[in-house]
Amino acid sequence: MALSEKTKQAFLGPLNANNPVVVQILGICSALAVTVQLKPALVMGIAVTIIVALSNVVISALRTTIPSRIRIIVQLVVVAALVTLVSAFLKAFAYDVSVALSVYIGLIITNCILMGRLEAYAMTNGPWDSFLDGLGNGFGYMWVLVVVAFVRELLGSGTLMGQRIIPRSWYVANGGFYENCGMMMMPAMALILVACVIWAHRGLNKEEKK
Amino acid sequence: MKWLYNITEKLRPHFEEGGKLHAFWSLYDGFDTFLFTPNSTAKRVGAQVHDTTDSKRTMILVVLALVPALLFGMFNVGYQHLLATGQLAAGLTAALWWKAFGFGLLAVLPYIIVSYVVGLGIEFTVAQWKHEEIQEGFLVTGFLIPLIVPVNTPLWMVAVATAFAVIFAKEVFGGTGYNIFNVALITRAFLFFAYPTHMTGDKPFVRIGSTWGWDGGTAVDGFSGATPLTELATTTDAHLMPVDFLTAANGLIPGSIGETCLWAILLGACLLLCTGVASWKTMLSVFVGGALTAWLFNHAGMDNAAANMPWYMHLVLGGFAFGAVFMATDPVTSARTECGKWIYGFLIGMVAIIIRVLNPGYPEGMMLAILLMNALAPLIDWCVVRVNVKRRMNRGIAK
Repeated sequence: MALSEKTKQAFLGPLNANNPVVVQILGICSALAVTVQLKPALVMGIAVTIIVALSNVVISALRTTIPSRIRIIVQLVVVAALVTLVSAFLKAFAYDVSVALSVYIGLIITNCILMGRLEAYAMTNGPWDSFLDGLGNGFGYMWVLVVVAFVRELLGSGTLMGQRIIPRSWYVANGGFYENCGMMMMPAMALILVACVIWAHRGLNKEEKK
Repeated sequence: MKWLYNITEKLRPHFEEGGKLHAFWSLYDGFDTFLFTPNSTAKRVGAQVHDTTDSKRTMILVVLALVPALLFGMFNVGYQHLLATGQLAAGLTAALWWKAFGFGLLAVLPYIIVSYVVGLGIEFTVAQWKHEEIQEGFLVTGFLIPLIVPVNTPLWMVAVATAFAVIFAKEVFGGTGYNIFNVALITRAFLFFAYPTHMTGDKPFVRIGSTWGWDGGTAVDGFSGATPLTELATTTDAHLMPVDFLTAANGLIPGSIGETCLWAILLGACLLLCTGVASWKTMLSVFVGGALTAWLFNHAGMDNAAANMPWYMHLVLGGFAFGAVFMATDPVTSARTECGKWIYGFLIGMVAIIIRVLNPGYPEGMMLAILLMNALAPLIDWCVVRVNVKRRMNRGIAK
């Protein structure tokens, strides 16, 4: 199936050149909160991807029938319904992760990426393009979270996805020399890591500069 | 010095554009201007301000002012070691004096080397990368870092923290002169938050084990390596007085390497004030702010050992004096307006004592106080300037 240039751009743009986190600086709050460990970050990324893609499709399908004066409320209802579904699903099938994510799944409703995509894209484009745009933005959000969480979990806890990477015998308590970096567990360090990702991203995309 | 000058001049072509070693031009240029004043002079047009000091000479003065604290710190590291391992039971003989100093020298030297190698390495790399001259700011920072860490901090942690501070507190802001926060204090803050078990408690401040395999020992019974401020923060006795004034001022107590001896710090302060490098207003107002706040706590009748300790003790314990003399006066991160310096210093002293007294989690408040006020310094300046502008505007309005 050949995709038109616009459709391709709807999916590929948010992954790099128009990334919601590192270019538009949206969704930073949750990026700081859920990236202490890789697993919750991954789940959060998937949850946001599903919700933004599906809500994009729903709103795009309804876009001609929604009265523009109450469109924000309609968008919120759709997003809230999807968030509730995802939240219930996580509680049923991945309880420990849902505990780790605590309120942040519920707070996806307030994630700027969602409202931003609904307003900026789904309201003016067809369902298929909107779906791809949602997927692209979700994945764009996810890769940043995964990169940040990878560094934070590895250096902050010495584990990855809960698996121990740095051997216990390295630690000072066990006669070694190593110590986890407590700064990595703090939101401040997540902010600095996001900044580093932005730095690297800008460095690699020099032509994006205005 | 003629022969040295000849050598550097002979090497110059290799480092200039097109030379084999051009990749190291910033390194060469850095050392060349460090040793000799550059022969480029100001143009003969317009008004020029001529002064023999540039930032390199200024920084060297600060480093010189830090030397007494460093030498004393080395001796104290060894002295605490001998004390902890029970070798001073028969008093301090000349041989033990030299042993203490030697031990301290061996223990402290690696920190100086690590701090300079890591910090200057990053500086050189960045300078070369951005095709700029090497900035001399790290001369002082690299000397401060070993003085404000506990002697048992693993060297790799110091290296990581130094790298973090130089990159994220300085280079990303544009290098020397553009940093918002004191770089040496950011190094310490990073260590403090990243590796808290190595920065607080009774383990970090006295080295009981060996240095490079020399003179290992075990602690004698009843020995506690806690600093007086840690004792204050953890005690249940509301009127505990860990040490008396002279002991604290003489500095033969556990603490970060360079912060313990008041006299060594005051010697440095004299040099800084006589040469006009540091502002006496900032320095004085830090002490005034700290003294006043501590005095108020003395009379507040609180059930808290840190609040009840006499106000003058707060000024000699921990990093208060060191911070006031060497950190708060940093011209880059402190307030620039003359009136702002009074406010800035006063608030540093005040916040430091408030943290010490009201937050038992942080026995020492000086680092956090200075960093906080670093962030607020531009705001203080802005207010001072606005007030001044307003006053003068009003003066111009005819009554």
